[in-house]
This record gives sequence, C-alpha cells and structure tokens, in this order.
Amino acid sequence: MQPTSLAFKDRARDAVTDAQLQRALLNMKPGFQQRRAATVAKLPEFEALRDQARDIKNHTLANLDTYLLRFEERVVANGGQVHWARTGREACEAIAEICRRAGARTVTKGKSMVAEEIGLNDHLEAEGFTPIETDLGEYIIQLRHEAPSHIIAPALHLVKQQIADTFREAHTDLEADRPLSEPRQLTDEARAMLRRSFLSADVGITGANFLVAETGQTVIVTNEGNGDLTQCLPRIHIVISSIEKAVPTLEDCSAILRLLARSATGQEFSAYTTFSTGPKRAEDLDGPDEFHVVLLDNGRSAVLGTEAEDTLRCIRCGACMNHCPVYGSVGGHAYGWVVPGPIGAALDPALIGLDQARHLPNASTFCGRCETVCPMKIPLTKIMRHWRVKEFESGLAPASVRRGLSLWAWAAKRPRLYRFGTRLAMRMLGLLGRRRGRIGWLPLSGGWTRFRDMPAPQGRTFQDQWAAASRQDSGGR
Amino acid sequence: MSEARDAILGGVRKALAGQQLGDRSEASVDARLDGRPRGIIPDRVAKPHDALVDLFVTMAEQVSATVVRLDGLNDVPEAAAQFLADHNLPAALRLAPDPSLEGVDWTARPMLEVSRGPARPDDVTSLTASVAGIAETGTLMLASGAGSPTTLNFLPDNHIVVLHEGQVVGAYEDAWDRLRAAGGPPRTVNLVTGPSRTGDIEQIIQLGAHGPRRLHILLIADGADGGP
Ligand code: SF4
Repeated sequence: MQPTSLAFKDRARDAVTDAQLQRALLNMKPGFQQRRAATVAKLPEFEALRDQARDIKNHTLANLDTYLLRFEERVVANGGQVHWARTGREACEAIAEICRRAGARTVTKGKSMVAEEIGLNDHLEAEGFTPIETDLGEYIIQLRHEAPSHIIAPALHLVKQQIADTFREAHTDLEADRPLSEPRQLTDEARAMLRRSFLSADVGITGANFLVAETGQTVIVTNEGNGDLTQCLPRIHIVISSIEKAVPTLEDCSAILRLLARSATGQEFSAYTTFSTGPKRAEDLDGPDEFHVVLLDNGRSAVLGTEAEDTLRCIRCGACMNHCPVYGSVGGHAYGWVVPGPIGAALDPALIGLDQARHLPNASTFCGRCETVCPMKIPLTKIMRHWRVKEFESGLAPASVRRGLSLWAWAAKRPRLYRFGTRLAMRMLGLLGRRRGRIGWLPLSGGWTRFRDMPAPQGRTFQDQWAAASRQDSGGR
Repeated sequence: MSEARDAILGGVRKALAGQQLGDRSEASVDARLDGRPRGIIPDRVAKPHDALVDLFVTMAEQVSATVVRLDGLNDVPEAAAQFLADHNLPAALRLAPDPSLEGVDWTARPMLEVSRGPARPDDVTSLTASVAGIAETGTLMLASGAGSPTTLNFLPDNHIVVLHEGQVVGAYEDAWDRLRAAGGPPRTVNLVTGPSRTGDIEQIIQLGAHGPRRLHILLIADGADGGP
C-alpha cells in the first residue's frame, strides 16, 4: 500500500465534515468501547494478564532469531515450506510464484493487514490471478476499491446504505429491486456470493495472528469462518505473516489469546481460533496439499533496539484506535496507511519513514486512553513523543513550528522571564476575552481560532496557583 | 530465498544487540519450549468437575450455541432428529467417520438419511465428535484427522457436536495437554466458540457470516472419567 500520510491534515479536515463517516464512527462507542469494558470487568485477572503478555512478548522479541528458527524447523518437519521475504515486493513475488506453479486462477483471501501492507491484491492481479477477499468487511472494501479504515473492522467507515449500494452495483446478476436495507440481508447476500468462490478457489491465503515456535503452527483468530473456508478447501494454503508474530508455546499463545478478543471486540473469545501446520496428512480426508508460510520483515527487524521497539509487541487488537478521540473524529483513512490510530502513529514512522508519517505522531492529544487499554502495555504516547522530538531534530517540522518551539524553549529555560511573560500574557488574554469569556481571534493562532474559540484565562497562572497551594500545604502541616 | 533468510536473521541479530526488551540466550528459549510454563489461569475454572461442566454450558449458551444434555450416546439420533425438526431442516446428516461415534445406532431413526465423509457443498447439517470442551469460555476443541475432516466444521449451515462430560476441562492449557497426550498436533486444530458471526456492518452482530449459522452441542453424561 502506498502511504498517503502526508495528506493527513487535509483528509482529517474532510473527515470531520463527512456526515456519513461521522455517523459510522458513532458506532464505535457501543460497538467496541462498551463491549470491551463489560467483558474486561468479568475477568479479574485482566490486569495481571497484561503484564504477563508484555513479558512473554518481550522475551520472544529479545530472542526472535532463535524462535523464528525453531518455528521454521517445526513447519518443515510437518511437511510445510517457509519463505523469507525482506520486503513486500519479495513476499508478493514468492506468493505469485507459488500460485503460478500451481496453475492457479482464483485465490481466496482471509483478512490480513500484512497483505494490505504489501499490496498483495494488486500484485496478484497484475500477474493474472483473481484475488477474492472473503472477510465481509474486506469484501466490501475490495468491491469499492478502498483501503481498510480499521485493522479489525475494515469497513468501519461505512453505513449500511453505502454497502447496499455497493452490492447492487457489483452483484448485477441478482434482482435489481431486492430488499437490502438490513445487515442480515447484506450478510446473507455476501455469504451466498462468496460460497462459490470458496469452492472454486485454487489457493487460499490467510494472515497469522501468531506463529507458535513450539509446534510450527500458524494461528488465525476470526469470527466469520471465512479464514477457515479459505484454508481447508483449496489445494494450497499460503500464510503471510510478519516476523514479530512469533510466540514460544501454546501456553504463551493461550495467555495472549485471553487478551485479544476481549480487547478487540469485547468478546470472551472469538468464534474461531485455528491452529494450522503443514499440509494435510496421509490419513486426512480434506485439507490443502501444500502449506507455505511467507515470513516478512519489511522493516520490523530494524525497529528492534530502537525507541519504537515496544510497538513490535502489538497484537493488532484495535483497542487503542477504538478508544482514541482523534481516530474517533477522523476515522482510519485520514492516517493514510494500513495501520491507523495510536499504534499507527507510533509504528508507521518506523515502517514507512518519518518523512512520510510525520503528521501522525502529532495527531494525538496525549490523553493516554490508548495506553490504558492496550493489552500489550505498549507505551504509545512515549513513542509518539519520541517521533515528535525526532521530527524537530531532523528539521522535518515546518519552519513556523520550529521557530515557535525554539522561542518557547528559550523562554522556558529562563524561569523569571517565563513567569513574567505568562503573567503578562494571561492578563492580556483575560482582558481580551473579558466580555464573552472566550476569544475568537488571536494573532499567530489562526489555526486554532478558525475552528474553535479559546477560553479566556481566569485568575492566576498555573505556576502561581501551584506555588500558593504548596505554601498552604506546608503551612498547614 | 536463503539469501533473504540470512539477511533477515542477520538483521534481527544485529538489531537485537541494542535491545532493551529482555535477556537473550538460546538456553532460555529451549527451557521455555521444553518446559512450557503455564501462566495465570483464570480463577473461574478453579472448580470441581461438575461445576466446570455447568460453566461450559453457561458460557457456550452465552455465545449463542445451544446445548442439550443426554444420558448416553444412544440418545444422539433422537436429539439430532429433534434439532433438525425444530429448525425445519432436511432430515439428513453428514457424519464425521469418527470411531467414537461408531457406537451410535442410527437405524433407530430410519427416516434420517446419514452419510459419512468430508463436507460436500450441499450438506446442510454435519455431526462431529470433539477433543475437548473448554469451560473457561464455552469453547470446543476440534482436531482434524481420519475421523474428523475440517470441512464438516465450516461448510454446512448447521453443526452438531458430540461432547462427553468427561472431555470438559477448565482452561485452554488443559485442552492442549489432552491433545498432546494423544500425540503431536494434527494438521488443524479448531477452537470453536459459538456459531459464525460478524459485526462488519455497523457493528451489529449477525450470526452465520460464512461458517455455521447454528452450533448445537450434545453433551453426554458419562462421569468425570468417561469419554473417548
Ligand atoms: S497497540 Fe495495543 S491496543 Fe493498539 S492494536 Fe496494538 S495491541 Fe492493540
């Protein structure tokens, strides 16, 4: 996927005035936030499980080379093949090569954000194959030629009317005036359409939520069952996974699974958690004849040992974006790359380059809700702050921002001057907003006041209040 | 591709020299893979076996699976026929050729058309055995093999699963131990928790997205040490 993150500001501005998008985003609160809270409340061990999951994944990442080798050994011992790919391009080529050798025509796909990242569908189409997305959300956006706007609910940005229109346009062999106003009807129509694809596909491609080193199993966690039909029906099963998905054992995998569904959709457990290794066995009556795992780096290894290395613990549950006020206002497309929201702001600069992604770490109020819900305890705001510093240091920030920050830093390092300045500014702003209690225009602050009023300051500066409060405190004791 | 393999592993090793995540040693990796230490197990499964069976039923029903409790395998044909009748389904079952289901006498239900093998596109209802029932979340563990083709778990609209009370365990880890005791992992292990569902359209949950619309569990009473 080509990043368009540099257009963040424009896209965000469009997003907040897009009525349909805003309606769709409202579904997140009851859909994700409330369900998660209710389910987490039923598991008293949840907090302890978060610490444990962080430790498991830290240990795995610190020994990632060894775990990947053990994983590979087990896959091969079970009759599967492992392909290593440094870049998205190499991964796409490896997959196309497998399809070619198999004489494949159609390829069904389970939902995979890594496949989105490397632009797999475009590559396969260019090579003459027909890739068909089978996850309902992915199917919808494939028909609309859109990118996913959320890592677990790719069509989150759409309302049902838009989906109905898309289906009418795409499924021209069905009655034109069939009823499609209800989610039930839409789901049934997609189910019927995709049945044919499942049964006729030559190759099935899925992603992986985990790679279990102990057993050589790849794991997918889904609700629809499409990932399973994708892998148990065609002759060939290809798994595309990035390298940081490794976990040591089934015990470790289970420990993290206890967090995944609860954090993602607020379910106790997803409907289907599937562990696969190797092709079908001699005694098996169904299953694929070939099993391939494509292990993709695409910049992950270079994140190890850097300030952003904690992002590699991410299990792509989506909780951070589900609870982010910025994501909740602008949706996923504004971020301009496959991973949006707080984790996107922390990870994307590392994977696509800070020059491309520099707006994303700034798209945060640092309210910290993302970190409170992140099951893997990734210090998201700390990493975003790191990118902001990097942006400043490397001269990527625009000149006006740099000048403003330098001026502020110069003053902040001179406490007397700073106190004097803030007192003076407060008094003047207070006067300016005296009548209405708020200020509608300020010099040099058009970016802020164009869209909202600034509340007029009242009373004294924070530092003065703090000093007074501390005096009182010590006096009282 | 071995060039890519060497480059990636080399890159990982080099980068890991500066990591702050944890200790690095091959011995710690092998100790973990061999020892398979268990982590925190939720307290909700610290219960005697009969209470675990009840918990399994409660949790499975919470995710829209249906459960009927039967006295023995002999009651399976009747219960399956009842399920088909209740939902107006064709009187036909695609059975898993599982040895543990061999004892079921289908001749008692001559109107029921039964066949055995992997799922065919037109099969409406399947009936399979299972490896374990995990009480923690009402989850079934199903494993592929000569007697249990995976397609039966996903292709038909309705999935009936036979589970013995003796197969009910508390946590996922207990189920893995059961599977390990039976040999290495099969090609596919499915942990199934309720019927297929999606929330992809305006986050309104719909059952039966691509997999089964209904999951019906026949829970056979045969004591804590029964079952296959
Ligand atoms: S950063 Fe944390 S909350 Fe966000 S997707 Fe990753 S694991 Fe989930």
